[in-house]
Amino acid sequence: MTALADILGISSERWPRVVVNTAQWQEAGEKIAAGLWTLVAHWGEPGMVHVALRERGSGKTGIVSIPAENGSFPALGRQCYPARRLERSIADLYGLVPKGAPDARPWLDHGSWGVTHPLGAATPSQPQTPYAFLPVEGESLHQIPVGPVHAGIIEPGHFRFTCQGETVVRLESRLGYVHKGIEGLLAGAPLDRAAKLAGRASGDSTVAYASAFALAVESASGITVPPRAAYLRAIMAELERIANHIGDIGGVCNDAAFAIMLAHCGILRERVLRCCDSVFGHRLMMDSVVPGGVARDITADGIAEITALADYLARKFPGIIALYDETASLQDRTVRTGMVAHELVALFGAGGYVGRASGRSFDARKILPVPPYDTLAFEVPLLERGDVDARLRIRMQEIEQSLSLLRQLTSLPSGDIQIAVPHKAGEGAALVEGFRGDIFAFVRLAQDGSVARCHLRDPSQFHWPLLETAIDGNIVADFPLLNKSFNCSYAGHDL
Amino acid sequence: MIVLLLILQVLLVVALAPLVTGVVRKTKARLMRRRGPSLIQPYRDLARLLRKEPVVAHNASILFTAAPTFIFAATWTAAALVPTFFLNTELGVAADFITVVGILAAARFALALAGLDVGTAFGGLGASREMMIASVAEPAMLMLIFSLALVGGTTRLPDLALFVQSPTLGLHISLMLAFLGLAMIAVAENGRIPVDNAATHLELTMVHEAMVLEYSGRHLALIELAQSTKLLLYISLIAAVFVPWGSAPAGSDGLHYLFGFAFYLAKLAVGAVALGVFEVTIAKLRVFRVPQFIGVALMLGLLAALLRLVSQGL
Repeated sequence: MTALADILGISSERWPRVVVNTAQWQEAGEKIAAGLWTLVAHWGEPGMVHVALRERGSGKTGIVSIPAENGSFPALGRQCYPARRLERSIADLYGLVPKGAPDARPWLDHGSWGVTHPLGAATPSQPQTPYAFLPVEGESLHQIPVGPVHAGIIEPGHFRFTCQGETVVRLESRLGYVHKGIEGLLAGAPLDRAAKLAGRASGDSTVAYASAFALAVESASGITVPPRAAYLRAIMAELERIANHIGDIGGVCNDAAFAIMLAHCGILRERVLRCCDSVFGHRLMMDSVVPGGVARDITADGIAEITALADYLARKFPGIIALYDETASLQDRTVRTGMVAHELVALFGAGGYVGRASGRSFDARKILPVPPYDTLAFEVPLLERGDVDARLRIRMQEIEQSLSLLRQLTSLPSGDIQIAVPHKAGEGAALVEGFRGDIFAFVRLAQDGSVARCHLRDPSQFHWPLLETAIDGNIVADFPLLNKSFNCSYAGHDL
Repeated sequence: MIVLLLILQVLLVVALAPLVTGVVRKTKARLMRRRGPSLIQPYRDLARLLRKEPVVAHNASILFTAAPTFIFAATWTAAALVPTFFLNTELGVAADFITVVGILAAARFALALAGLDVGTAFGGLGASREMMIASVAEPAMLMLIFSLALVGGTTRLPDLALFVQSPTLGLHISLMLAFLGLAMIAVAENGRIPVDNAATHLELTMVHEAMVLEYSGRHLALIELAQSTKLLLYISLIAAVFVPWGSAPAGSDGLHYLFGFAFYLAKLAVGAVALGVFEVTIAKLRVFRVPQFIGVALMLGLLAALLRLVSQGL
């Protein structure tokens, strides 16, 4: 049996990359399908396809690449489900054909870009045949198409429900409507512009994305940010996590028509955002994290404000939990709704609250820590049931942990907040825990210090397929609740 | 005189209906620490919708365009039959509980057909859910009427009111049970939380809103006005039967009517605020739990009838 370390060789790096042959590549696919290795990311570039892996037992991480000879590569998707949509995206963007892939339909490309394979050998696009949804057979089935335009202020995505009465038999989602071509824009971009772009992959996770990008760049150029900058990044990351989790708790309850929770959470979230605005100059803290450090230092007043915010939230938040606990009609909706099995979560390597609500304890802050998380005390909440209720409770417990982290982070070291990034070529990768889960970033720098290639992988890549399995056997009216409990990013997925 | 009063009542129910909806919305907004739209916003919305051109699907039949008028007319008629600020004994057999419920059922039937007419997925979904709810709500309603008839000896609304008002009537458990049951039915029939959510944007969870999703312009205005009128009807109905105090009896003088009117407005306000408070404190039921909710109303009706029979010694 080959261990990941045998393929990767000896390396002190966290994400070493090696080029492998077809046999090793296919073995990787088998290992993922068998649940021994986790697929962390899977992306392409002209002439090459990469997969980032993590061995479950040893925790060893690394990237393996295979040259795409004659414009094709052996598909991992034959054996492993999590690779399938990623390979369809690779085919759409680069024109690299995954050989033996079970599903040859386009994924991101809806025929409206004007070009096919925009990042490979771009050619003017040809008219596409209508997208063929998976066939469903049986008696008294009917289909409900929903989206891509929705009634609420949410992102676009199409959901095709096949139902028997109210019970959902199959849900198939179709995404790609908000493809912005971020990978294409990143290729060749100077570092400051690239940092801005990376921070806009999914706006609600801008700190996490910017941190993932910055860490990958720093790993590529072999620098380490000053301790004060690392602390500031962690403060921002925890504030972002708290704000988003609070928003989600309100949103999930609102989808069960319990609007008072949204009102309460709206107040708390607004407090967090205003604090961010006053301390870091932006409500979402966009462009605050840059390669080499952070853009803005914190003042003593800022620290006092964050401490006051943590006190305020610690005082108010138990009331939110109590309101949830005491509203039986609400728990009647959330408990045992939309369950995700542990096996699926493990197979897809689903991170964040989706994974942790189904018993997968992976948290990049704990498992692959970057300073200052290696010195901080916090717990990773874990639940087993995998229903809407569990995903809500994970969020509630994470908010409590984040508040404790904020308190620890306010005693931050003094010193510089930014160092210059040297202009030199290199490759680096990073995994950062955003509020949805782990965000992966891979960067290759060119000689002049600009970005030659960059790939960003949203945690939602592995949440979307699980959403489709979670709704099976539930009723169609519960979908909005379930969907909100996942709160997948469309923008981050479509990139 | 009485003819004038009846005409006034007919106009009053439809004129006040959007205000009641406005009060419910305002109550909910205030409880959630929002300022909320002004009380007369529903009137503005109706005026806006009436000015707009209705957009109708190509495959819509005459049913689709005629249904709003029919639904509104039926709901309005039913609302006009319920005693408001005076006891409309002159209407005779027309002001009957069963008549009112029957007319509303006809309106519901038209709405469900209209929902199915253009063949969209949501219209069908809404119509099927509405019919599922109706199939349990209507028997429950009849059970309640039956128990009220046993207690009061009549199903005519003004006579029921007179019976409840009579000073000889003591504490009546059957009436209280029937009141609870009717309040639950009113919540279900008006598509309020926990049965349906009138304020949602989530198509997949809608019942009433799903059926009317394809309507726009003056069609939608009529349907919304009908919906408001129905809410007013149910509050009036509960007020007329269970808290009839203050309503002017037939043949009283002007001052009585004025008092009756003030009382009626107060009752409407209390009903609307109570509904708003209730809606804020509870989450929506899972669709398949709705029959259980209404089943409780049915059981309350049954219990009311049984209690009546037992206490009379058959």
